[in-house]
Amino acid sequence: MLKLEGVSKRYGDENTGVLAVRDLTFEIGEGEVVTVVGPSGCGKTTILKLMAGLLAPSSGAVTIDGRPLVKPPLEIALVFQDYSASLYPWMRVAENVRFPLDPKRVSSAEATGRVERALESVGLTRFADSYPWQLSGGMQQRVAIARGIAYQPKILLMDEPFGALDAQTRAELEDLVMRVRDEFGVTIVFVTHDIDESVYIADRVLIMGPRPTYVEQELVVGLPHPRDQITSKEDPSFAHLRGIVYRSIRESTQAMASVAKDPER
Amino acid sequence: MVLAVIELAARTELIPSRFLPPPTAVAVRIVAEAAQGRFWLAIVDTLAGWALGLGIAALIAIPAGILIGSSEFVYRATRPIIEFLRPVPSVALIPLVFLLFSPSLEGKVFLAVFAATWPLLVQTQYGIRNVLPLQLDTARSFQISRHRVIFRVLLPSALPYLATGLRIASTVSLILVITGEIVLGAPGIGKAINEAREGAAVELMYGYVLIAGMLGVMLNAVFAGVERRALHWHASQRGTTT
Repeated sequence: MLKLEGVSKRYGDENTGVLAVRDLTFEIGEGEVVTVVGPSGCGKTTILKLMAGLLAPSSGAVTIDGRPLVKPPLEIALVFQDYSASLYPWMRVAENVRFPLDPKRVSSAEATGRVERALESVGLTRFADSYPWQLSGGMQQRVAIARGIAYQPKILLMDEPFGALDAQTRAELEDLVMRVRDEFGVTIVFVTHDIDESVYIADRVLIMGPRPTYVEQELVVGLPHPRDQITSKEDPSFAHLRGIVYRSIRESTQAMASVAKDPER
Repeated sequence: MVLAVIELAARTELIPSRFLPPPTAVAVRIVAEAAQGRFWLAIVDTLAGWALGLGIAALIAIPAGILIGSSEFVYRATRPIIEFLRPVPSVALIPLVFLLFSPSLEGKVFLAVFAATWPLLVQTQYGIRNVLPLQLDTARSFQISRHRVIFRVLLPSALPYLATGLRIASTVSLILVITGEIVLGAPGIGKAINEAREGAAVELMYGYVLIAGMLGVMLNAVFAGVERRALHWHASQRGTTT
């Protein structure tokens, strides 16, 4: 459905610019949860912006259902890590969720229904009239997820969405993401630097290499559904996959560190 | 306390009462004046000038500020002109106003508009330029139309700056309107002050000066109140630090 073919991205000009992404090729299938995991600073956010149509590739093509992406498409909704800046503090929770539903495309009654359903599925019905800044971090990120759902995208792109949250809240929201996928049948692309998370919620893991990044390795996660924070993580195959991801990231981090020390290499 | 000292100084002729009349005499005089139509007419004339000055300035400065603030190119292109015109004191334009207008509403409004536009323009620009990039990226990722981005993202986000700009512009507009009335003889409180002076009605003159001051304080209070309501969501108004 969403396809990247030979995508590279260079910031700045040909000679002095920085190559952030090189020769990226992968495809996201309908209904999948795909996580993108890689060492810190490898260019994960660049990949996400390329997939979202927020950034144009320097070469290669990003297509959705065969159409090239030239601007953010209606099929994709984004959830950012920084929920406090991504939600609008002058709008109430329900208004934030409703805001992307353009009155030209979505009737008022339809919009109201979508907002109610989205808030219900993230468990925030009671807080529809609150302001985002009155809620905890985890609840704010739920609002952002509800906003994504209400938009009814085919793909929900999430950029390290739980990076700023504590471990318990993070675990709750990981389970919420998988519930959302089952309930709304949405495809999820989830960028993270958390290794356990990348395996736990995924059908497929894309492990990225050091900068300029590329797909280092691809893992299919065969853990049975529904996943459970305790039993799934006790499964020997979870430990095995987690080990593979960890090893790859450690190697990439070391590679990046040695390049940083000795840039001539 | 201060009033008592002034009262005493004036009553004992320590300061000649033709310069500084006793406050009680001023109060008595202005209360008597308030029974007359011309008193209210002067206030209405001044307020009309103030409102027109501020309103026209807002109509110019806010759209222009949005335009300039949302484009780096326009910002760079207009900055030299704005930085040159902005420091020109409005009162320096009075001779020009004499040439262009009769001593009526237009002249004083012209002065007020010229003076009030700049602070509002600059504040609007800064407000628009300070929108968080992520707030715009979010809007862009959801394909939100330009019109809705301006009215529901850019403007609310710039509102704290706009509110400050409006408050400054309101004060400036009032000052210039009264200046215009004094110098150009356009009807209003300024003209009343001048006429009282010419008629050696010192108490009355001080009375009108007092009224002008009270208008300024009242308008400022109104704006501060509206600002508090409109910005209740803003960190500075929430009352908590979260």
